[in-house]
Amino acid sequence: MSDITSLHSSLVARVLEGEGRASPETRRAAFDNEGLPEPLSTFVDKVAHRARTVTDADIGTLKKAGLSEDQIYEVVVCAAIGRATRQYQNALAALSAVTGRN
Amino acid sequence: MRLAILDHGHGIRAKAMFVLIRIFSGHPVVDAVKLAFYRPSFYRGGGLTQEAMRGRSEWSVADRELMAAYVSKVNETQFCIAAHTATSSLAYNDGAKVSAALADLETAPLSEPLRATLRMLGKLTRENSVDADDMRGVLAAGASEQQIKDAIAVAFAFNVTDRLADVFDFAVDDLVAINAGAKYLLARGYR
Repeated sequence: MSDITSLHSSLVARVLEGEGRASPETRRAAFDNEGLPEPLSTFVDKVAHRARTVTDADIGTLKKAGLSEDQIYEVVVCAAIGRATRQYQNALAALSAVTGRN
Repeated sequence: MRLAILDHGHGIRAKAMFVLIRIFSGHPVVDAVKLAFYRPSFYRGGGLTQEAMRGRSEWSVADRELMAAYVSKVNETQFCIAAHTATSSLAYNDGAKVSAALADLETAPLSEPLRATLRMLGKLTRENSVDADDMRGVLAAGASEQQIKDAIAVAFAFNVTDRLADVFDFAVDDLVAINAGAKYLLARGYR
């Protein structure tokens, strides 16, 4: 059967701890959607919960605040994977609660 | 594409490959491919998506492509709705079935395990959580524990991809290019 467990772990490790232009602290905070300063905090929350409403102006605001495109790219990837990971883990836990197995 | 680096920031090997894609496919390089080949040492989500969508599973490839389209519909991500509606339709050889599932899950001509699984994936995507009762419902409809795990993996892949497509503003291709992309995804997968 398909099993993404180890692929998921290595993906998360790569984007949080691998080589990047944004600091590991910023990437972790984007993943968790927690503890970021503005304007990143509002932006990352939008990526996590209302991604389709992100606009060119949102990206422009981040650039004006001094972020490079590569830093924005990494923050978006971490925020998306973080949100999807929480959904994924929630669903696996709900299934485990029924089956009694991990 | 909202970040210029995703259009023009690739290394020389990726740029050379994009030229070949344009020549041999006759279509522009789609934004999903540009993303996949941008700094692959950082993101490189294709391996996980390949396992979820093409790894061994009791779900067919067509079923999993429908799950991808359905999750994308809940997220309202136009690029992924178009791409995976086309891929699922081609894989089932039944576009009407896919259209019906996306229009009204409850009346569409689907097996009950698949319908219940899509319902659960929709709630997970919309509300960010499901509970034990939701899972009991899917199991009672006849889906196996492993099928549920496999479906959750598909949802993970597309809850990431949909966000990236929306934030980076992937262009929705014309129908001819979308169908060419669907054929490619069925023949070659996501690597």
